[in-house]
Amino acid sequence: MARVIGNLFTSHVPAIGGAIARGRQQEPYFKPFFDAFPPIRHWLAEARPTTVVMVYNDHGLNFFLDKMPTFAIGAAPGYRNADEGWGIPQVKPFVGQEDLSWHLVEQLVAADFDLVTCQEMLVDHAFTLPMALLWPDQAWPVKVVPLVVNTVLFPLPSAARCLKLGQALGRAIETWGGDDERVLVMGTGGLSHQLEGERAGHLNKAFDLQFLDSLIDDPAWATQFAINELVRQVGTQGIELLNWLVARGALAGRARELHRTYHIPISNTAAAVQLLEPAR
Amino acid sequence: MNTLRQVQDDIPGTPLFDGRAARRGYALNRMCFSFNDAANRAEFVRDEDAYCARYGLNPEQREAIRNRNVLQLLAAGGNAYYLAKFAGIFGLDMQDIGAQQTGLSKAEFQARLLAAGRD
Repeated sequence: MARVIGNLFTSHVPAIGGAIARGRQQEPYFKPFFDAFPPIRHWLAEARPTTVVMVYNDHGLNFFLDKMPTFAIGAAPGYRNADEGWGIPQVKPFVGQEDLSWHLVEQLVAADFDLVTCQEMLVDHAFTLPMALLWPDQAWPVKVVPLVVNTVLFPLPSAARCLKLGQALGRAIETWGGDDERVLVMGTGGLSHQLEGERAGHLNKAFDLQFLDSLIDDPAWATQFAINELVRQVGTQGIELLNWLVARGALAGRARELHRTYHIPISNTAAAVQLLEPAR
Repeated sequence: MNTLRQVQDDIPGTPLFDGRAARRGYALNRMCFSFNDAANRAEFVRDEDAYCARYGLNPEQREAIRNRNVLQLLAAGGNAYYLAKFAGIFGLDMQDIGAQQTGLSKAEFQARLLAAGRD
């Protein structure tokens, strides 16, 4: 049976892609963030995930307002990136883990989570940059399943709903009969930032650090807050922490924190990286 | 849901992109979504009036596009993620956008971001 081997959370700011493209990872502005990844790659070499389930939000590459699902899952043989309009280089295509995708569709709908199923799906920087951070050579050693959460058009799913979806996701993964499949569940985006309005540039270090702490042994902590209160705390794009909550739900029980990086700013964002594995 | 810690008031300086904004802004956002395609970006640059007319922008949206003014674009129903593709045509980054909306210089805006990391 398949196993959830851990959670990797990371910010997905487009400027990270720009830094990779221009080889600027070791410049003082970017170094504190990129230095998170060598130890994580050591962990990856030991943990040898076979599949990544990537929980993220699409920023207007695959989905537009003509059809905007609250939750959507990829069930495609492969996924590719495309031009998002502001010029970061595209990455190599990904191989889809179709067997797991369809297993998840069946299990999650049976558990009353009605996801939109996508047999074609473009993946944007929120998917590709985290992959490129883990595997800089872009010779992806894993198959993938994308899971998209709407953080664009309000109303958004509540934090509690996202955590429950993640819990159902974790149970579904662990009933998948892939031989010795080791599944890394990733959540991307955040932490606090806000791009629009007179409050653009809003950051909230204290809340972010509390959120990071909570993911270790009390992931339900964030579910006490309504969406508007979360936006007030972390900003209109900081709400991408919902992706982290879905992913964290898939890791049952308490977790052990193996790595944490928190750095302000990259672009307008509090950049964060956290690696968790099951505590048991 | 009563147990959730709700905020009753609007969040100052923080437009939430809800159904009202989505209805108001559909044409504008649809145009900005088209800028995923390099050929469309070039077409916009070549003949901005014709491009905006093709997408049926209303006068408020047309004016906001003409002014390259983010707060006006938001008021006209624009969504930050689609507007980012419009900003990309002019090579603006998120500190340019932030500075414009907050009335700060870019250097001042960047200094404010740095300060938030120090406390």
